[in-house]
Amino acid sequence: MNNLQLNKEGKLHHFITIEGLSKEILTEILDTAESFLGISEQPVKKVPLLRGKTIVNLFFENSTRTRTTFELAASRLSADVLSINIATSATSKGESLLDTIRNLEAMHVDMFVVRHAISGAGHFIAQNTAPHISVINAGDGQHAHPTQAMLDMFTIRQYKHDFKPLKVAIIGDILHSRVARSQIQALNTLGVKEIRVVAPKTLLPSHVEQLGVKVFNTMEEGLDDLDVIIMVRLQKERMTSALLPSEQEYFKCFGLTEERLKLAKPDAIVMHPGPINRGVEIASSIADGPQSVILQQVSNGIAVRMAIMTLTLQNKGDSV
Amino acid sequence: MSKIHIANGRIIDPANNIDQTGSLYIADGKILSAIEAPADFTADITIDATEHIVCPGFIDLSVRLRDPGLTYKGTLQSETTAAASAGVTSLCLPPDTRPIIDSQAAIELIYDKAEKANYRHVFPIAALTPQLRGIELSSMAALKQAGCIAVSNATVPLANLLVLRRAMEYASSHDLLVMHHPVEPALENKGCAHEGFFSTRYGLPGIPEASESIAVAQCLELAKLTDCKLHFSQISCKSAVIKIQQAQKYGLDISADVAIHQLHLTENDIEPFNSSYHVLPPFRTAKDRQMLRKGLANGTIKVICSDHQPHDLDAKLGAFPETEPGISSLETLLPLMLSLVNDKAINLTQGIACLTQNPAEILGLPLGALSPGLDADICIFNPDLSWTVNPQNWNSAGQNTPFWGTTFKGRVTHTLQSGKIIYTLKLNTS
Repeated sequence: MNNLQLNKEGKLHHFITIEGLSKEILTEILDTAESFLGISEQPVKKVPLLRGKTIVNLFFENSTRTRTTFELAASRLSADVLSINIATSATSKGESLLDTIRNLEAMHVDMFVVRHAISGAGHFIAQNTAPHISVINAGDGQHAHPTQAMLDMFTIRQYKHDFKPLKVAIIGDILHSRVARSQIQALNTLGVKEIRVVAPKTLLPSHVEQLGVKVFNTMEEGLDDLDVIIMVRLQKERMTSALLPSEQEYFKCFGLTEERLKLAKPDAIVMHPGPINRGVEIASSIADGPQSVILQQVSNGIAVRMAIMTLTLQNKGDSV
Repeated sequence: MSKIHIANGRIIDPANNIDQTGSLYIADGKILSAIEAPADFTADITIDATEHIVCPGFIDLSVRLRDPGLTYKGTLQSETTAAASAGVTSLCLPPDTRPIIDSQAAIELIYDKAEKANYRHVFPIAALTPQLRGIELSSMAALKQAGCIAVSNATVPLANLLVLRRAMEYASSHDLLVMHHPVEPALENKGCAHEGFFSTRYGLPGIPEASESIAVAQCLELAKLTDCKLHFSQISCKSAVIKIQQAQKYGLDISADVAIHQLHLTENDIEPFNSSYHVLPPFRTAKDRQMLRKGLANGTIKVICSDHQPHDLDAKLGAFPETEPGISSLETLLPLMLSLVNDKAINLTQGIACLTQNPAEILGLPLGALSPGLDADICIFNPDLSWTVNPQNWNSAGQNTPFWGTTFKGRVTHTLQSGKIIYTLKLNTS
């Protein structure tokens, strides 16, 4: 299945998951993104790299940030962009996922950017689209969110330059987080020294240590000597499904406070994929504080998504 | 009816302790004798079974025919043809058809359809509760009279343990076998894969082993309380095997079966997001598989079934968690059993007993043996014949199997049901 993303020459054609991608491919994405960083700061924020290409954002699940940065990334590359919010569209009228894809395919599009609530939806679409179309996974169920992971890697590299000596912790609802899964794979591939996950047992998936992480159930142990702190968003519905007693207790045990932040290295950076629950997983003073790189992540998201779109659209599918 | 002489085969009949090369004689749809030639026997048909194995026809405890009601997935005709080609001469039909098998009319309809398909031994399992709702008791006495072989709530959970207790008591007073899928639904929690490294890696909702082992433990306590004859359908995990073994030692009348694919595949074999591996209970770990094989060898698990569930293409076309679970598995039953023998997990006699003598005993059917006077349900197979799972070699309407494209050793060449040849392998198709 890892070959699903690569064409015969071993080049990236789809971008569905970090799993199975080499360090070289990930580094190529980061380097390409770096070259796009300046574009957003120019008076004319456009390059003609994808002129004449049509990109369809297919969002089966609501999203503001991810959809917007994908739209901006595509338009800065001069592609034509169409965003479809499926929650209010055809599938709610009973059309199947496959029929939606086939219909759009018939309109000669070049790329699908897909977000879907079910794990594996990205794979399924990539397996069932015409070979000239590239598919980018913008989040599928609890499986993967590889573009978010890459923009996080990009941000880490910006501040820390070298992945090798880093100790990184991902804190929060790992069980339901597609972001955490993709981050863990990316950090492992890029070769950081240590990856930790910090959460109560109700929010950790079984056998998580086999993903190549150290498991901590308290912040006091988990934060010690860190270079990078990644907070994961806590969904409100976790309280009603007997996973956590209350937001207050969660913040008390796993919230990132000024005091706890001192346990990490003094130059540690604080990241969050957004949207933030202030006072639930992170104190406002930290989210807006000097160690926070949360807004930098958002800006970097555009360059990283431009890089991934350009790289995948350069490489043709297998059966062409 | 014709007289049939099956000559020179290796006859294996675990019920009668026979394993020797010789002949089998059939007349009037019944077995006349094995090995010894009866006096004045002139065969109308002679089947040369040289280098073939001749054994009782297989009895499968769980085969979804999808008929009545779900005929876009399979029909009684297509699936009994698949059964015949797999050497299966008797099959139990779980009650989750449309209509659900909870009335005499539904049972009569199935018998009627089976007769039209010329497949005699379809045994309907009646619903334990009306409409499988899991709340009230079904009319078990009437259902038994109409000809159900056992009662079960299929894969639908019961409302609570009190309903299960009452159902077991009531079934027991009508001397009906209760076949039960041990699952605690709250712990199953809409999962679609074994809760473990695989489910974590691919972000799939997991089903812990405890959802099965807790249900097994509860049912065992109820079996003790109610003195009910209980059969566990398609167990999948190590701790279930251990609990059943302990209960049997304690003297409870408990039996269990395992789906053939659970004895082969584990979570590590699943190709990511390939829906043909989506099955319930899910493929578990290598340790679980090891224990299931051990349980089969030591007799804790007495029966191998196919747990045949054919599906239409659409049912499997989608993201993994959204697809329907189940494998079309009748036609790979024999080669996968033989591969257990090849792996030395069990011996050939045990493997055949798990498909013949043992299910017959659990169901209380006078079948599954080559004793004189029994219905001549016979399977003849070539253990060395290779074949590939592809459309040319496939009879089921469902092509949903993770073994699609696999080449196997071992193929049925003839199937007889009540002395009638219902399947002959056409050469040059393999």
